[in-house]
Amino acid sequence: MNGQSSALNLELPVVLRDVSVQRGTTVLLRGVNLRLEAGAPTVLIGPNGSGKTTLLRTAMGLVRPASGSVSWGGRTEVPPVRRALVLQRPVMLRRSVLDNVRYALATAAVPRVQRLARALELLNMVGLRDLADRPAPRLSGGERQRLALARALARDPAVLFLDEPTASLDPAATQAIEELVRAVAARGVKVVMTTHDLAEAERIAGEVVLLHRGEVVESGPVTQLFGSPATETARRFIAGQLLL
Amino acid sequence: MTHDGSALDLVLGADPALLSIVRLSLGVSLSATLFAALLGAPLGALIALSRFPGRQAVVVALNAFMGLPPVVIGLAVYLLLSRSGPLGSLGLLFTPQAMIITQTLLVLPIIAALTRQTVEDLWLEYRDELAAMGVGVLRRVRTLLWDARFSLVTALLAGFGRAAAEVGSIIIVGGNIEGYTRTMTTTIALETSKGNLPLAMGLGMVLLCIVLAVNIAAAAVKSIGARFER
Repeated sequence: MNGQSSALNLELPVVLRDVSVQRGTTVLLRGVNLRLEAGAPTVLIGPNGSGKTTLLRTAMGLVRPASGSVSWGGRTEVPPVRRALVLQRPVMLRRSVLDNVRYALATAAVPRVQRLARALELLNMVGLRDLADRPAPRLSGGERQRLALARALARDPAVLFLDEPTASLDPAATQAIEELVRAVAARGVKVVMTTHDLAEAERIAGEVVLLHRGEVVESGPVTQLFGSPATETARRFIAGQLLL
Repeated sequence: MTHDGSALDLVLGADPALLSIVRLSLGVSLSATLFAALLGAPLGALIALSRFPGRQAVVVALNAFMGLPPVVIGLAVYLLLSRSGPLGSLGLLFTPQAMIITQTLLVLPIIAALTRQTVEDLWLEYRDELAAMGVGVLRRVRTLLWDARFSLVTALLAGFGRAAAEVGSIIIVGGNIEGYTRTMTTTIALETSKGNLPLAMGLGMVLLCIVLAVNIAAAAVKSIGARFER
């Protein structure tokens, strides 16, 4: 990850201050305060519709808050050069697997002469080197997520946002993605991901944020939140009860 | 121009007059399609990605322009290029260049409108991903045009078909001058009126074969493109 220290300075911490997001009359996020620091992965959990994806996109800078502010490394206007987002259903560009990664490298302004070697390196990392020439839209669900991860890593991100990266994947594909996430985090990239799978959150997270109805109910180290949740909502959610 | 042979003899015997007409026709129609594609595809893509007041009216107008009467375009270009017109000093009237200009104007709305629709559909699919990658407007346009390239073959084909089959505008601005601005369609019209049916039919056969060949090529390109579709 070239230039990581400067990238970290530029992007971290990501700070959301009293952020509210609205679509029409529906409030998606309400007064969210969150500070994402360098370190172990932060996992956003919560029932469907709790605002996880909206929070992720807001932190990425793709959604403009109705009120409140988001800052990256202390700045509120920073182009998302060293931030990357992997969507829950990543779109495969209608090109080969290799060209998908080369495209991402081009958008990250990597010099043309370096793109092929770097793309192959990234494909090697995510285990898609043998499928480099295959049309990307023909990949399986797990392969798509790995390719999306390779594209995201092409931006040499300081912060990597992952929206339910293992949703609807089989256990083997889930394991492959989780191993990649851990490997990426071990390289010093701040991973922020959403999941509705509590076991996955426990396996990956350093810090957990529980959302419900667009509000942060509780956040803290994974052992603390899962071991001794402070709120009744968190207790019920972790116990597997439905939050209505 | 008189021809005594049968239509088939003219075609199989590679009659020089016929070949010259075919060459000019292809040159004019392909050039017009190329220029219309260079202008119309980015224009269609930009309209697909843009949101501005009156956009819907622009889209409706663009779709309506697909059905522009060729003689009206021919007349407009004639007025522009005629000696007393604003562009008369260029001396382009009754030249192949004038024919290319009119056909470009005829084909441009077709390519722009079909590109707009294709790119807009693809944009709905790509929007979040490209936004997440921080892709700017110009790269978006390039990306969408490239990734829609196989679908856009249909737009080019429709444009070329319109140009190749068109007679009304090029006869006005080209003048149907033998050996200079006489194309397949204008020759067919002229020779039919003179009763010289073998040449008209020979050119008709060539025209049909060209359209067929272009369609076969387009189908082949689309089948290659299908590998990249879901």
